[in-house]
Amino acid sequence: MRILLLFAALAANAHSEQLFVGDQVLRVTASEEEQITLLRGLGEQAELQVDFWRHPTRPGHPADLRVPFHSLQAVKIFLESNRISYSVMIEDVQELLDEEKKTMMKSRRMERSTSTFDFASYHTLDEIYNWMDTLVDDHPNLVSKIQIGQSYENRPLYVLKFSTGGLKRPAIWLDTGIHSREWITQATGIWTANKIATEYGRDPSVTAILDSMDIFFEIVTNPDGFAFTHSSNRMWRKTRSINAGSFCVGVDPNRNWDAGFGGSGSSSNPCSETYHGPYAHSEREVKAIVDFIRGHGNVKSVISIHSYSQMLMFPYGYKTAPAPDHQELNELAKKAVSDLAAVYGTKYTYGSIVDTIYKADGTTIDWAYDNGVKYSFTFELRDTGRYGFLLPSTQIIPTATETWPALLDIMAYVLEHPY
Amino acid sequence: AAMELPPGLSAASRAAALAAGYICYRRGGPGRGLALRALRRACAEDIDGVGRKYHLELELEDVLDKDSTVNCTAEVLYHLGNKNIAPDVQFTLERELKNADEADNVFYNRIKSLEKELVAENIPDNHGNVSPEMEPIHLLAWVASGYVIWQNSTENTKFQLAQIKHVKQVKRSDEYLEFDYKILLHEMLTQEIIPWQMTVLWHPQHGVEVTRDSRQTKEAPE
Repeated sequence: MRILLLFAALAANAHSEQLFVGDQVLRVTASEEEQITLLRGLGEQAELQVDFWRHPTRPGHPADLRVPFHSLQAVKIFLESNRISYSVMIEDVQELLDEEKKTMMKSRRMERSTSTFDFASYHTLDEIYNWMDTLVDDHPNLVSKIQIGQSYENRPLYVLKFSTGGLKRPAIWLDTGIHSREWITQATGIWTANKIATEYGRDPSVTAILDSMDIFFEIVTNPDGFAFTHSSNRMWRKTRSINAGSFCVGVDPNRNWDAGFGGSGSSSNPCSETYHGPYAHSEREVKAIVDFIRGHGNVKSVISIHSYSQMLMFPYGYKTAPAPDHQELNELAKKAVSDLAAVYGTKYTYGSIVDTIYKADGTTIDWAYDNGVKYSFTFELRDTGRYGFLLPSTQIIPTATETWPALLDIMAYVLEHPY
Repeated sequence: AAMELPPGLSAASRAAALAAGYICYRRGGPGRGLALRALRRACAEDIDGVGRKYHLELELEDVLDKDSTVNCTAEVLYHLGNKNIAPDVQFTLERELKNADEADNVFYNRIKSLEKELVAENIPDNHGNVSPEMEPIHLLAWVASGYVIWQNSTENTKFQLAQIKHVKQVKRSDEYLEFDYKILLHEMLTQEIIPWQMTVLWHPQHGVEVTRDSRQTKEAPE
């Protein structure tokens, strides 16, 4: 493993045209303190250019030396005459580098097909946007990609449309990644989008849903924030819009909706993680969805996916009074959570936002609900705090797998309860 | 009079998280950590002139062995008024925890035999990975953060350890191990990420102790 890490460092060098043809890596084991001193001395002889991958520490512990081709003979004679035992670990460093480069390029090429996309790791924005195109290519009669707007930093806001035809069929809206640091959500979004595409025609439930309804899925709802989590601050939550009169950047996109906007369940301080913004829908990322859903006019469900806490919630967050459909939404949440738990035993709590988590004003689903979208839900995926936002990538597929039946429960229910 | 609360209720879950953090601090170490698996029952009781007391039935899990769980009862008293007093926590574990001596001793000896003081950053890394060598360092921070969380919690906060940004071992002449951690805490209600410094002392027979801790100012606003 360490070899691979060191190779990465070497490979970086290789890009500046340094080659390692004929260089060898020797594993040297000193048997006494004097030999350690000799080895250290070897490293100090500048013209030999011996590069220690693992330094000599004490007798009996191996040291690894990369020896350039031109110094090989001298070094080996030195070791042998001082009776320092060694073995050749790598016969030709350049050969190994060339191999590794080939493998890396091959794996990059392989990822271009959705059947080899690595769903079990976290990806960059470019990788996700590229994958979207391959999903569309692989399912041309079902999936298309539309652009609903641009982010603050002018990145495209892409939505995957799943449709088997019709004109403005009743639709379900799904979004992940509105809070950029919640990496498990974008990752779950990718897996789920792929699942929907592959299960159409195979799973009766998915087929029934897509035969009558459309699904719109925005996987990277906050691309500026997401890019920032990769480049600068893994814990970034908000958008990246500049706030007039403040050094602090960004608005909480889940406090920026026109539903209880500006209340105590959000902050008026631009430096705060729950800053609601100067006015409702000030954020391009939010406005794009508002315009889309309003323009569509036939969206029957909005499911907005977050992490972490393991909760399934419905309106309201901005007031304590129960939503008119509280009973029905509560029952549906209960079923969904039970089916989720059946997969791996993961326990979710459920209820209205205000009861289950905290008062939150200006949220996505409160706006959707107040604008006629009855079946509005928000998920908080794994975990409950052990890793929090830094959920290990080994949990991506289990998380997506267990969430799937819960999503299906909601979507099937929406299909069976037209309004 | 105590009032039963639905376990999904946010106030109950905050008290449960606090209790779990405290219990983990008192019982945990680099070889053993505890986390809250489930809140089974919760009651809240207002005590005139004193504060609000939560009676909780919790299920905790062994972080290193998810199949190993232990039930416990806990009481959390949030004091009225003065927000600078940490809540009182009392707890009873249903059974004794698995012995962690072996893991503790392996870690202890490994660190004691290092030539240079241990230094590490970003645990877990951005992808949630923790290398096996760093797992006890991660666990030690998890346990110690239970203390910081307990000392700084109110009824309206829910803290979790988000990440270790930096850890540096401090060489000592006695048999204790000392680590200087810079951690990030995540507060759930405000969603803030708060940098915090903590100095942690540990010895296999003497448990975990946080000897110094302080909230740090956030780096230059971005």
